[in-house]
Amino acid sequence: MKRLTKLIGKTLIIAASFSAFSASADVLQDIKDRNLIRIAVPQDFPPFGSIGTNLKPQGIDVDMANYIADEMGVNIEIIPVTSANRIPYLQTKKVDLVISSLGKNPEREKAIDFSTPYAPFFLGVFGSKDVSVNKMEELANKTVGVTRGSVEDLELEKNAPKSVNVRRFEDNNTTLTAYLSGQVNLIATGNLVAAEIAKRQPKRAPENKFMLKDSPCYIGMAKGEAALQAEVNELIKAALASGELNEISMKWLKAPLPEGFGA
Amino acid sequence: MLYFSDLLQYSDVFLSGLKTTVELTVLTTILGVILGTVCATVRQYGNRASQRVVSVYVELIRNTPFIVQLFFIFFGLPALGMMLTPWQASMIALTINLGAYSAEIIRAGLASISKGQVEAAKVLGLNFRQTLTRVIFIPAFEKIYPALTSQCIIVMLGSAVISQISVQDLTYAANLVQSRNFRAFESYFVTALLYLGLSILLRVAFNALGKRLFAYRTSH
Repeated sequence: MKRLTKLIGKTLIIAASFSAFSASADVLQDIKDRNLIRIAVPQDFPPFGSIGTNLKPQGIDVDMANYIADEMGVNIEIIPVTSANRIPYLQTKKVDLVISSLGKNPEREKAIDFSTPYAPFFLGVFGSKDVSVNKMEELANKTVGVTRGSVEDLELEKNAPKSVNVRRFEDNNTTLTAYLSGQVNLIATGNLVAAEIAKRQPKRAPENKFMLKDSPCYIGMAKGEAALQAEVNELIKAALASGELNEISMKWLKAPLPEGFGA
Repeated sequence: MLYFSDLLQYSDVFLSGLKTTVELTVLTTILGVILGTVCATVRQYGNRASQRVVSVYVELIRNTPFIVQLFFIFFGLPALGMMLTPWQASMIALTINLGAYSAEIIRAGLASISKGQVEAAKVLGLNFRQTLTRVIFIPAFEKIYPALTSQCIIVMLGSAVISQISVQDLTYAANLVQSRNFRAFESYFVTALLYLGLSILLRVAFNALGKRLFAYRTSH
């Protein structure tokens, strides 16, 4: 018994010293010292991150990770993660940054820090070019296709004018078919779905009319790394100004960044 | 625990769905039976070419699923420049569906009329049109009346599928309410009862109509 208490005591002391050590560490300095940045990217979530035909990771998040490493002038180690373990990877210091289509919410903000947004992720109303709609009120008397019971369906019901004609379809594919066949010229959906349509049917590529719900992607990092956060924000700002972010969006989402992105 | 009171705030949705289903049913029953009568007559008494055309139509519709016919009209025809609203597309799909099935049922009725009866009409100096309407149709319809009314009810129940192309019928109402309050049991239970009520009403209406149509039986 006495030995056990001693052992526990020792363990606690060691654990405490470790946490004291890690709290004082500067991740940005570590990255520079080892000339290597470890970045977590998704492997199963195109177009953000997936495995390409050449068996290499590809996507928005991979391009972004390479951009950050290039600009910092360090080597890069890409670490594939899932959406469930990406934050634990960060908390256990297995990676320096998480670029994994990470959205912000209060629970996550308690656990980790976020950069400024680097990629658009939103629900919106999309439509063909000849329909002129720029805000919710202008949907009056227009027909919008949507998948029944989806978040965008509920958003429309809550906020759209009463005169809007909402055509609700069984599933995402039927909604897409309704748009592609011309049965509806406006649909409410996510920007990833819109990108998928643009890829399959460039002629009927839907353009974003306005947003229903915005939840852009942020780069995640361990809490309290002010130097790293400042550096990453600076790089995102530069990429936004140089058009690099827009280029990545065009490449993978077939659409420019939404107006006022990152502002 | 069941919470039927959760459905009360959606009573408008159910009522307007019920209205759409009733409207479509009445309209397609009338149009479908007319179409079926014409097709059956052509198939029984028409020339060979027109018989061919009708049998292609009848077999095409009777041997393909209704939902495929519906999707073809709604999603497929726009490629040929024919854009129909969900309501129009369902109306057409239901009508041509009932038309094909009722054509076969009515043809059976026509075939059951004995040659002698037609020849008797001829001898009495009735022309073909008079023979058809007075000597052939009434007894022919009387024979197949139960089968025909059942088919109309089957089409009414089958119209539940049109909610797939966003027609706001009774099934659409049930799906919508269910996606809002997640009360699946309550929504579908109420909807099933409403369909049952509709079927019973339809049968009562058909029976009353039958009594009038075939009144000559009891009046002599």
